[in-house]
Amino acid sequence: MIPGSFAYHRPASVDEAVALLGQFGEDGKVLAGGHSLIPMMKLRLATPEHLIDINGIGELKGIREEGGQLRIGAAATQADILASDLLANTCPLLPEAAALIADPQIRYCGTLGGNVANGDPGNDMPAVMMALAAIYALRGPGGAREVAARDFYHGTFDTALAENELLTEIRIPTPAPGHGASYQKMKRKVGDYATAAAAAVLSFDGDRCASAAVTLTNVGEAAIFVTEAGDALVGTAVDDTAVAEAAARAMALAAPVSDLRGPAEYRTQMAGEMARRAIRTAAARAKGG
Amino acid sequence: MAEKTKISLTVNGNAVEAEIEPRTLLIHFLREHLNLTGAHIGCETSHCGACTVDLDGRSVKSCTVFAVQANGGELLTVEGMAAGGELHPLQQAFVDQHGLQCGYCTPGMLVRAYRLLQETPNPTDDEIRWGLSGNLCRCTGYQNIVKAVRQAADELGQKEAAE
Amino acid sequence: MSDIKEMSLEEREATLGGIGSARKRKEDARFIRGQGNYVDDIKLPGMVFGDFVRSAYAHAKIKSIDTEAALAVPGVMAVITAKDLEPLGLHWMPTLAGDVAAVLADKKVHFQNQEVAFVVGADRYAVSDGVQAVDVDYDELPVLVDPRKALDADAPILREDVQEKDNVGQGLRRHPNHIFHWEVGDKTATDAAFAAAAVTIKEEIGYPRNHPSPMETCGCVASMDATNGVLTVYGTFQAPHVIRTVVSLITGLSENNIRIVSPDVGGGFGNKVGAYPGYICAAAASIVTGLPVKWIESRMDNLSTTAFARDYHMTGELAADESGKITAIRANVLADHGAFNTHAQPMKWPAGFFNIVTGSYDVPVGHVEVDGVYTNKAPGGVAYRCSFRVTEAAYLIERLIDALAQKIGVDKAEIRFRNFIQPEQFPYDSCLGWEYDSGDYPTALKKALEAVDYEGLRREQKEKAAKGELMGIGIATFTEIVGAGPTRNCDIVGLGMFDSCEIRVHPTGSAIVRLGTKSQGQGHETTFAQIVATEIGLPSDAITVEEGDTDTAPYGLGTYGSRSTPVAGAACAIAARKIRAKAQKIAAHLLEVGEGDLEWEVDRFRVKGLPERAATMKDICMAAYSNLPEGMEPGLETTSYYDPPNFTYPFGAYVCVVDIDRFTGEIKVRRFYALDDCGTRINPMVIEGQVHGGLAEAFAIAMGQEIVFDELGNVMGASFLDYFIPTTVETPVWETDHTVTPSPHHPIGAKGVGESPNVGGVPAFTNAVVDAFAQHGVMHMPMPHTAWRVWQTIDELGLNK
Repeated sequence: MIPGSFAYHRPASVDEAVALLGQFGEDGKVLAGGHSLIPMMKLRLATPEHLIDINGIGELKGIREEGGQLRIGAAATQADILASDLLANTCPLLPEAAALIADPQIRYCGTLGGNVANGDPGNDMPAVMMALAAIYALRGPGGAREVAARDFYHGTFDTALAENELLTEIRIPTPAPGHGASYQKMKRKVGDYATAAAAAVLSFDGDRCASAAVTLTNVGEAAIFVTEAGDALVGTAVDDTAVAEAAARAMALAAPVSDLRGPAEYRTQMAGEMARRAIRTAAARAKGG
Repeated sequence: MAEKTKISLTVNGNAVEAEIEPRTLLIHFLREHLNLTGAHIGCETSHCGACTVDLDGRSVKSCTVFAVQANGGELLTVEGMAAGGELHPLQQAFVDQHGLQCGYCTPGMLVRAYRLLQETPNPTDDEIRWGLSGNLCRCTGYQNIVKAVRQAADELGQKEAAE
Repeated sequence: MSDIKEMSLEEREATLGGIGSARKRKEDARFIRGQGNYVDDIKLPGMVFGDFVRSAYAHAKIKSIDTEAALAVPGVMAVITAKDLEPLGLHWMPTLAGDVAAVLADKKVHFQNQEVAFVVGADRYAVSDGVQAVDVDYDELPVLVDPRKALDADAPILREDVQEKDNVGQGLRRHPNHIFHWEVGDKTATDAAFAAAAVTIKEEIGYPRNHPSPMETCGCVASMDATNGVLTVYGTFQAPHVIRTVVSLITGLSENNIRIVSPDVGGGFGNKVGAYPGYICAAAASIVTGLPVKWIESRMDNLSTTAFARDYHMTGELAADESGKITAIRANVLADHGAFNTHAQPMKWPAGFFNIVTGSYDVPVGHVEVDGVYTNKAPGGVAYRCSFRVTEAAYLIERLIDALAQKIGVDKAEIRFRNFIQPEQFPYDSCLGWEYDSGDYPTALKKALEAVDYEGLRREQKEKAAKGELMGIGIATFTEIVGAGPTRNCDIVGLGMFDSCEIRVHPTGSAIVRLGTKSQGQGHETTFAQIVATEIGLPSDAITVEEGDTDTAPYGLGTYGSRSTPVAGAACAIAARKIRAKAQKIAAHLLEVGEGDLEWEVDRFRVKGLPERAATMKDICMAAYSNLPEGMEPGLETTSYYDPPNFTYPFGAYVCVVDIDRFTGEIKVRRFYALDDCGTRINPMVIEGQVHGGLAEAFAIAMGQEIVFDELGNVMGASFLDYFIPTTVETPVWETDHTVTPSPHHPIGAKGVGESPNVGGVPAFTNAVVDAFAQHGVMHMPMPHTAWRVWQTIDELGLNK
C-alpha cells in the first residue's frame, strides 16, 4: 500500500493555500490530518498530483471565543479540542464527541476542519456542528463567505465547499449556560465509524424544553439534521412520550446502507436508540444531572 | 516520479538530513532510510499502532504520515527510549510484567505509553486502556501491558517525588 | 570446588531458574529496545522487492496479461506470470494435502485477490507503481460462494485442472467440487443408540471463516547464490525445516543447498505454517534477477489470501437418557476449503483432530462424517491457535451439551458432572479413537464454580430476568488434544511428527540448546532453557536456546498446535538426561566411586551417604573436556529425536458472565474465569501470558471475527477497520487459575497450553450469550455475536419493547 507520486506544497498562509488550490484545481488536494486522505492515496483511490499541507498555517490553529461565538481554527486537532478548557466549560459536547473519534494517535493529527469538510458521512463532527448551529468560514479566490453547517452537506463527499475553497474556521454560537447536550455513538470498537450516532442539544425554560436540535451520524449520505425531532421536544417536559416521538422521527429520516456494522433496519433502529439516549442525557444535563 | 524534497529533522536527538520523494511514508523513511527498524508495519491503514512514533510531543502512526510532514520536527522512536543505555522504566516494566510476547507491537506500545504518561502521569487502569486503544496486540490480551504501564507510572511518580 | 556449595538446597534450586520458575523472558531484551530482527528488518546487499498483481474477481478466465506499461515504470525490473514459471515447473505447487495450488494464476483465477503476476523492482514504491500498471483482461465466470451449493448438479465447476480426477489427494470424491469424504466411528451402533434414546437434540452449528491475523504479516527474503547454487530464504515460518523440504520437493534443489531461516516472528497463530505463492515467487525472482528479493504481505493480502481458519458447517446431535447421560453423538460436517486444498495440518486425516468431538464426556458411541468442498474463496485452511479442527470439535460438543441441559431442564454445570469421564477412567479410550492420557475434570469444574460463586450468579441471573435484564453465564469444560504427534497418527509430506533437541555443553558450564521448533512469541528461549536447567543443573541464564535456522538446528516439524512443549520439550528433557547420564560417568571418575554410588541433587552428583563429597555440574563440564575416564569420548553434547507415544490432553474449566444491552444487542463481558490444567507448569508467568492471549483471541473470534463474502465472492472488510481485533478497551479482564494433572507419558509431565484458552474460550463466550436467552427457549445463536445479530434475537423475542 504505497501512494502515487505527488508534489508537496506547504503554504504559510491561507492566501497562499487558496492560491495553490486555484492553481491546481482538481489536481490539488488539501492535506490536514491526513487520516482519511492518506489511506485513500495508499489504496490509489485518491491520486492527487499536488498535496497542499495546511498544517504550517498559523492562522488556521487556535480555539477562542469572540463575539458570542466559539471560533475554532480549521486545523485545530481533536486533541486540541480535548485539551481546551474553554470548550470544556462552554461547549462540553465538542470534547465528548472528539473523544469518540478514532484513537489517541489519530486524534493528535485529525483536524476539526478535515472532519467537517471532507464530506464523509462516517465522520462525527458534521452532526455535532449541525446540532450546535455552527457556521463554516470558507475562503476562496473570490474572498470569504460563511455557510451554515445545516446547509453545507449535500451528499456523500458532496458539500458546499468549492474545489478552490478552503475551510478556515468553524464558528459556533456559544451555547447558553444551562444548555444540555450529548453525543451518543454506537460502534463496534475503538477506531470504528458509528453504526449509528446521534447528537442532541437542548435548552429549557423552567421544566419545558425551549429549544432542541437532534442530528444523526452515518445513517445516510450525509449527517442528518432532524428538524422534526426537535419540534417534537420543544414545549414538552422531554418525557418518555416526547422522547419516543422524537426518536421515531429521527428513525424516519435515517436511511443507512447495510454493511458489516449491521443490516439497514438494525442501523435505523440504533439511530433511534442513540437519539433517545442523546436526548435523555442532554435533558438530564440541562437539568443539572 | 516527482522531484525529491529535502528534509531535516531530529531523530532520537540526532540531526538528520535527507532527500526523499514526497510520497515517502514516515515509517519507510525510518525503516529504510535511517535503518531504525524498531517501529513496525502492522496494518497500513492506521488501525494497529505498531508504527507509532513520537513526533513533536504527539504519538503518531508513521504509516499514515509523510516524511515531509516531519520536516523540522523532533522525533522519538523506541530506539531512543533508553537514555544513555539505561532502560526507560516502561521498558523494564514490560519485561517485569510480561507485557510482551512476539514483540511486534511492543515498540509502538512503548512509545505510545511514553506519551500517555507524559500527559497523564498517574493514570487509572481505565485511562491506560483508553490511552493505549490505538495500539493492537494479538498475543498478550493486554492485561499485562496495563500492569506494566501501571508499574512504570508508579516508578516514575516515586522518582519525581524523590527529586 | 565452587561457591555454589555454600548455598542451601533451596537457594541452589532458585539459582537454576528451572522448571516452575517464573523467570523473566530472555528474548525481551531485544524487543523492548526495538532490536528484534523480523523478516522485514532484513536487508541484504542488492536486495530488490516484489509484490503481486491480484485478481479483482473471484472466478474468471484470464484473457490476457499486459505487462508492457509496468515494465516501463522506472525501477521495475521484471513482471513474472504463470507462463514464466511454467518452464521451471513452478506455476503450480503441490499442497500438503495432496492437491495442487496455483502459484500464479494459470489461465483462470479461483478467488478474489488471487496472485496473478509478480512485479519485481528496485524498491517498494517502484513495485507498487508497477503493480498498478499491469493490465489484466478477464472473462467473468459464475461464482460459487456458498459451500452448501458446491455439490449441486448445476454448480459451476471451479477446478477444471482436476475435473477428471476422482481423487485429489484425500480419497474418492463424487463431484468436481468435492474434495474428500471422511468418516469415523460406528454408524450402526450410533443409529441404534439414537433410535433407542429417551432424549435427542440436533443443532446446526456453524463456525464462520476467520483469520489468525498475527500483528506481523507473512513475508520472506529469498536469495539465490548462483555461484554456489545455494538458496537462502529468510521468512515468517512456523516450521522452517518443513519449508526446506517442501522447497526442495517443489524446486528440485538439493536440500543441502537450501537454507531456511526464521528470524524473530511477530506472531503466527497458524498463519505461518503453510507455503504461500509469495515464497515461491520471491525465490523464482531471485533466480531470475540474481538478486535477493523481498516480499512482504500487506494486511489486506494477509486477511484475504493466506491462511483462513474454520469455515465449518456442522450439524451435531446428542442422544441421552432421561437424566441427561449422553448415550451417543453424531456429527455431520461440511468443510469449505476454498479454491485449493492447501490445509496445513499434520494429521493423516482430512478433518484433523475433529474426532475429539466427544470432549470431556464419557460417550459410549459416536459417528462423524465430514465432506470437504471447493468454493471461490482463498484456499486453506489452517488451525488458528489450535490443533487442526479441535476448536470446531470443542465448540460443537460444548454447545450441544448446553442444548441438552436446556432441553431436559438440568443445570449446565450439573449436566457436565453427570457426563464427565471420571479420574479413575484414565487412560481413557474414546469411542472415536483417542486415548486420553490423564485428567481430573470434576475437580476442575468444582474449583471453577466455587471461585465464581456459581450459585450466587444463577440467583442474580434470575433476579435480573425478572426485571427484563439479560445476563448469561457460560461454562466450558473442554478437553484438548495437542502435541502432534505420534508417527502412527501424524505426518507432513510423509515426515514423522517428531521433534528434536541438540544440546552442547561448554567447558565452563554453559550450554547452547537447539530445537526443531520455532517460537513466534511463546518464549522458547526462556522456557526450554528452564527444562534443560532443571535436568542438567546448569543455570537457565547460562543456557542459550536457538531455533529457526535449518543450517544449525536439528530437523524438526515446527511450532503450531501447542506441540512445542509436548514434543520438543520432551526432546529437550530426554537430550538433557543423556547429558546427565554421561555427566554421571564423569562424576564417578572425578569422585573415584562407582556410578551407582552417586545420586543426583539439583546441580551435582553426590556420593550416597557422604553428602559433602560431590561433583557439581560445572566441575563436570570442565572435566568433560579435560579429565575423562579412560576410553571415554571427550565433549558433552547430544541430540535427541522424540516421537511421542501419545498426544497430550490438556483441559480446563472456564466460566464467562455477560450482560447484554437489550436495546442495542451489545455484550459486556463482566467476568471471565479460566482454570487451565496443562500438566507440569514450566513457567507460570509465561503460561498466564499464553492464557491471557488465547482468551483475547477467543473473545475476538466469538464476538466479531468473520471473513465475509458478497454473492460475487468479493471479500468484505479485509482490513483492521472491519476485521475485529479488539483493543484494550473492548478486551475483558481475565482471571486465571489452574490445577495440575501431569501427563503420564511426557518426560516432565507437561502438556502444552497455548491453544487451550482459544479452544475453551470460544464456547464459553457463546454459551454465556445463549444462556442469557435460554429462558426464552433459545438453543443456539450463530457466531460471531455482533451486536446486530444479538439484537435480531432480542427483537424476534420482543425483549426490547
